[in-house]
Amino acid sequence: MSTVDVSKLNWVTTRVDAALGWARKFSIFQYPFVTACCGMEYMATATSHYDMDRFGAGFPRFSPRQADVLFVVGTISHKLAPVLKRIYDQMAEPKWVVSFGVCTCTGGFYDNYATVRGIDTIIPVDVYIPGCPPRPENVLDGLMKLQEKIAHPHTNDPPTPKAIGAGARPAELQVPHTSESHL
Amino acid sequence: MSNDHVSAAVQARFSRHVLGAHSYRGQETLLIRHEGLLEVARFLKDDPSMAFDCLMDLTCVDYLKFGASLSSAPTLATPSPLPYYMKPKPTEEAWQRLVPSDAYRFDVVYHFYSTTHNHRVRVKVPLKAAEPSIPSLTGLWASANWYEREAWDMFGVTFTGHPNLRRLLMYEGFNGHPLRKDYPVNKRQPLVGPIN
Repeated sequence: MSTVDVSKLNWVTTRVDAALGWARKFSIFQYPFVTACCGMEYMATATSHYDMDRFGAGFPRFSPRQADVLFVVGTISHKLAPVLKRIYDQMAEPKWVVSFGVCTCTGGFYDNYATVRGIDTIIPVDVYIPGCPPRPENVLDGLMKLQEKIAHPHTNDPPTPKAIGAGARPAELQVPHTSESHL
Repeated sequence: MSNDHVSAAVQARFSRHVLGAHSYRGQETLLIRHEGLLEVARFLKDDPSMAFDCLMDLTCVDYLKFGASLSSAPTLATPSPLPYYMKPKPTEEAWQRLVPSDAYRFDVVYHFYSTTHNHRVRVKVPLKAAEPSIPSLTGLWASANWYEREAWDMFGVTFTGHPNLRRLLMYEGFNGHPLRKDYPVNKRQPLVGPIN
């Protein structure tokens, strides 16, 4: 009577994880935590010109309990920090955090008594999108890096340049980089 | 439009309370002792020739170390000619505050506007560092309420008679008053997260 060698069945769980990751990365339900001027650029990214919906991230949920990805957009003050932490705690696993704009990444030029010097002092952050504010191309780039991270949850290796680069991306997911596309 | 009849009337009527007055391009500024603020304010509001029905702004200035350093000022010895917007800073004589002694650290600044006469006046009240306390104007102008809460929050000036003198911008539990010049510029008091 032979027993099942569990180590030989690893491929089952990895395949399930891959399928889950593939599904999750195209169904990003985001919670926009918009506090400042970066919100305008966030809205510009959501409009049809740049069209976040191409990446499955077009549907903001305004309840943290229904969201997967927390977009922290704009300056966070010390007075607001407990609110942000509570919203993060309310989100169900699995969850990811995008730090949008230089104020959320490092505090930016607000080096004063009121401003949090980077939200990663409060909550874990998965993707940083710097810029003051970041251009929509930057945002889409960060969003695709987040998709890579969602699709490969168990690897700590940074995604290879080919995996996140233009070569691996289908034509309909290309970021517009031509000058006339900004007019 | 010149408003010098306002400061002239106040100076004639409350000469014992007026520390000084000056005018710049038709903007009148009065310096008042804090003991006389309520009387002067009531006169400015109720007198038909004054009729200042709007308190446009109320703020505070911390004059700690004021005039102690002019190091950042461009001097006349600067080799290249200065552009028109970079006039040399005035000499120390021009920085006098018209206050009787150096113990007066804070100035509480009021801007009044009259919608009937279309005239304005600025009232400054110097306060000593030892007792930064001033009567509240919430009984005369309701808009003073949040202005005074903000001035208390940022500068620690107490407004006696204020109905609800709590912090407006900072959170409960914040120690100190961040816009005072002796508040450490690197001091952080986060509610969550690491300190400094």
